Amino acid sequence: MKKMKALFRSSSSSSLSFTIMHRFLLKLSSSTNPLRNSKNQLPLILPRFLSSTTASESPPPPRTSHPSNRFISRSGHPYSADSFRKSQAFSSKSRALGVRCISSEAGRESIEYDVLIIGAGPAGLSAAIRLKQLCQEKNADLSVCVVEKGAEVGGHVISGNVFEPLALDELLPHWRQEQAPIEVAASSDKFWFLTKNRAISLPSPFDNKGNYVISLSQLVRWLGGKAEELGIEIYPGFSASEVLYDASDKVVGIATKDMGISKDGSKKETFQPGVDIKGRVTLFAEGCRGSLSEKIIKKYKLREEVNAQHQTYALGIKEVWEIDESKHNPGEVVHTLGWPLDPKTYGGSFLYHMNNRQVALGLVVALNYKNPFLNPYEEFQKLKHHPAIKRILEGGTVLQYGARTLNEGGFQSIPYPVFPGGAIIGCSAGFLNVPKIKGTHTAMKSGMLAAEAAFGALHEGSNMSTYWDNLRSSWVWKELYSARNYRPAFEYGLIPGLAVSAMEHYVLRGKVPFTLKHGKADHEATDLARKWKPIEYPKPDGVLSFDVPTSLYRSNTNHDHDQPSHLRLRDPKIPEKVNLPEYAAPESRYCPARVYEYVEDEEGKPKLQINAQNCLHCKACDIKDPKQNIEWTVPEGGGGPAYSIM
Amino acid sequence: MKILVAVKRVVDYAVKIRVKPDKTGVDTQNVKMSMNPFCEIALEEALRIKEAGFAKEVVAVSIGPSQCVDTLRTGLAMGADRGIHVEASYSFLPLTIAKILKSLADVENPGLIFLGKQAIDDDCNQTGQMVAALLGWPQATFASKVVLDKDKQSATVDREVDEGLETLSVDLPAVITTDLRLNQPRYATLPNIMKAKSKPIKKMTLEDLKVDIKSDIEIVEVTEPPKRKSGVIVSSVDELIYKLKNEAHVV
Repeated sequence: MKKMKALFRSSSSSSLSFTIMHRFLLKLSSSTNPLRNSKNQLPLILPRFLSSTTASESPPPPRTSHPSNRFISRSGHPYSADSFRKSQAFSSKSRALGVRCISSEAGRESIEYDVLIIGAGPAGLSAAIRLKQLCQEKNADLSVCVVEKGAEVGGHVISGNVFEPLALDELLPHWRQEQAPIEVAASSDKFWFLTKNRAISLPSPFDNKGNYVISLSQLVRWLGGKAEELGIEIYPGFSASEVLYDASDKVVGIATKDMGISKDGSKKETFQPGVDIKGRVTLFAEGCRGSLSEKIIKKYKLREEVNAQHQTYALGIKEVWEIDESKHNPGEVVHTLGWPLDPKTYGGSFLYHMNNRQVALGLVVALNYKNPFLNPYEEFQKLKHHPAIKRILEGGTVLQYGARTLNEGGFQSIPYPVFPGGAIIGCSAGFLNVPKIKGTHTAMKSGMLAAEAAFGALHEGSNMSTYWDNLRSSWVWKELYSARNYRPAFEYGLIPGLAVSAMEHYVLRGKVPFTLKHGKADHEATDLARKWKPIEYPKPDGVLSFDVPTSLYRSNTNHDHDQPSHLRLRDPKIPEKVNLPEYAAPESRYCPARVYEYVEDEEGKPKLQINAQNCLHCKACDIKDPKQNIEWTVPEGGGGPAYSIM
Repeated sequence: MKILVAVKRVVDYAVKIRVKPDKTGVDTQNVKMSMNPFCEIALEEALRIKEAGFAKEVVAVSIGPSQCVDTLRTGLAMGADRGIHVEASYSFLPLTIAKILKSLADVENPGLIFLGKQAIDDDCNQTGQMVAALLGWPQATFASKVVLDKDKQSATVDREVDEGLETLSVDLPAVITTDLRLNQPRYATLPNIMKAKSKPIKKMTLEDLKVDIKSDIEIVEVTEPPKRKSGVIVSSVDELIYKLKNEAHVV
């Protein structure tokens, strides 16, 4: 059974056993040499390819995966690497100046909807479904389009997840009779404090009675099906790469990314320019640290508008295991604190028993850690060797692996989510309840409230600002307000944090007149490397712990490699001038996909190599890079992980 | 002229697969499926032939469960004119597929049948050849270049074979299976995806086509390949020769 396996480059020559050589073979057979260095001065380093190859049967990556699709064949302007970069930078300005306005420009097609939603996740789909429900109730007809960068709905969705069905009960009250993939009721709430060898049971701060252990990827797929039944047009495989503005600086939609541009910036034979998708209302539901949402928040100064603090984040790394029947206890929910993280680093692990002998296991590490030598992926591998965890995993196999950042800013970091032309919903704004570690229900509710505001704005002439008003009078606000002081208390350390948590949980419940503030922004919190010592991580044993390429293979991640790197360096010199000498290259450690590696160039000097093809779209680099030099932008649609049970 | 293109819905090439615990096959539940990459190349070639004016219609056909319609929609979005879905509840082996395609060819009367050289899930590389044999048509497999001659009603096909390239001339109607380097399939554009929703997909059953699906082949067991054993480092050439002679028995 020959299958294509991904090429994950690792200069430490670990597993070369996984390679996709389709494009490589194709290039070898034609005259263009993929190993040639671009003559153009690109701000990116072109990854070098290892030339090993396995099976000779290597089909090219599917251009049209199920049903990921690309863009129109028009547009005439020539593409050299330079003009490509220039035109990218220029076009958003030109749009703001009104050069590319609402009417379709020669060469680019423009499609218009009443409501455009970016991202087919819980928030985006809930908003879409709510809109169509309102249309049915009030006999209106609004066209709704959802664009999604993953190849399939649910493909980029990853979460713990112990699901609180509160918002779903409001959205689709009959979900129990409609084969929703919500079957395993949470049966127990365990809480362990881990030391190197022991697991000390503590009273659980969580109460998950009434909640369900689910795969959010599966739930989102199901929601996608429900949305399509209601006539919502969902287009997976399209990444929104630019926001479109009209002459008055109002958001009118997005432009999907040009497809078929080769690594050096030139147009390939299959080049298709992006499509402009316009909406009378545009809702951004890109998830945590959404690339376009961040731009919008900056542009309209949405945090300043309500005196919100900066957002803070954590990185979650997760595996789904299929374990021994005898060890499986569906509905069991375990959270841990302590080892392997030190008392100054906030984070913990989770272990949830789903059905089909599957368990979800993960480690969440707050990204405001100080030690630049910390490697969250390796900490996760360590965790699996803890006796209490090992006992459960032994004899099992890993089915999938993935990683994603999540919001930890809570109430203090919520920006004003409305801007001219639309609103931001879900984790892109940041409604995750940190002590509960649940964000799905609040994301869905925010989508529903935004849909109601959008419907009012389009159909009844009211204003999108009713979204903000409705948010503040909803249970989302109450919940986030009462949870607001848990996480900031940990700035003072593990013990003070736990003490405050206990106080909040048993006594105060947020009813104090003060609101604790977050510490430094995550990227500023990283200490200089000379203050710390490198951490010696044990080698993976291949049974419980694995190296990054092996894990990456299980995420099913892939990108067409012949495209410009979607990870942009604002200043190409900073990695070698600052990151490496001063911070010991933290990006080579916090990235759970080994995208960033320093390799020696021809002169023996270390140079940053960006293996963009490996990217899991977690956004950790965009958040944690000390000089904020790395900008995560969308790659060609359809690329990225293919989560199905995460 | 009409071109018939057979497309197969398979597990996406980048997905890590595993064998079901009961060893009856590969676990395809909750797994991302896509059009077989070689079938995409076949469809692309058919579309290019139509765009060059040699064919009037490209018909995509897929055999399998109801989700095959998604694969057909992708094909329609790339530019096929209509689709045919032959409903089948489980996956058939190449001979059955070939018999179904033969029945369809009898009905549709295409001038060319394009297939991918093999499917990436079973790697059989048999269906195209069997269809040609059942129809009594000439076949050109592993095509890396196809040039049609309208006047002579023939196609000149470069085939990728072990010794290099072989150039064949086949009279139409013919069966061509496509190899990797034939072309680069186009992206389907968003407006085309929207248009594809209204293109017709005809549903047919095996009874309609009067095909006997009895197979002489039964899949007994599916297992993962044995784990690769670690190598042994030898300390001298003599030791190597000794091992090759007495342990591996290859010298």
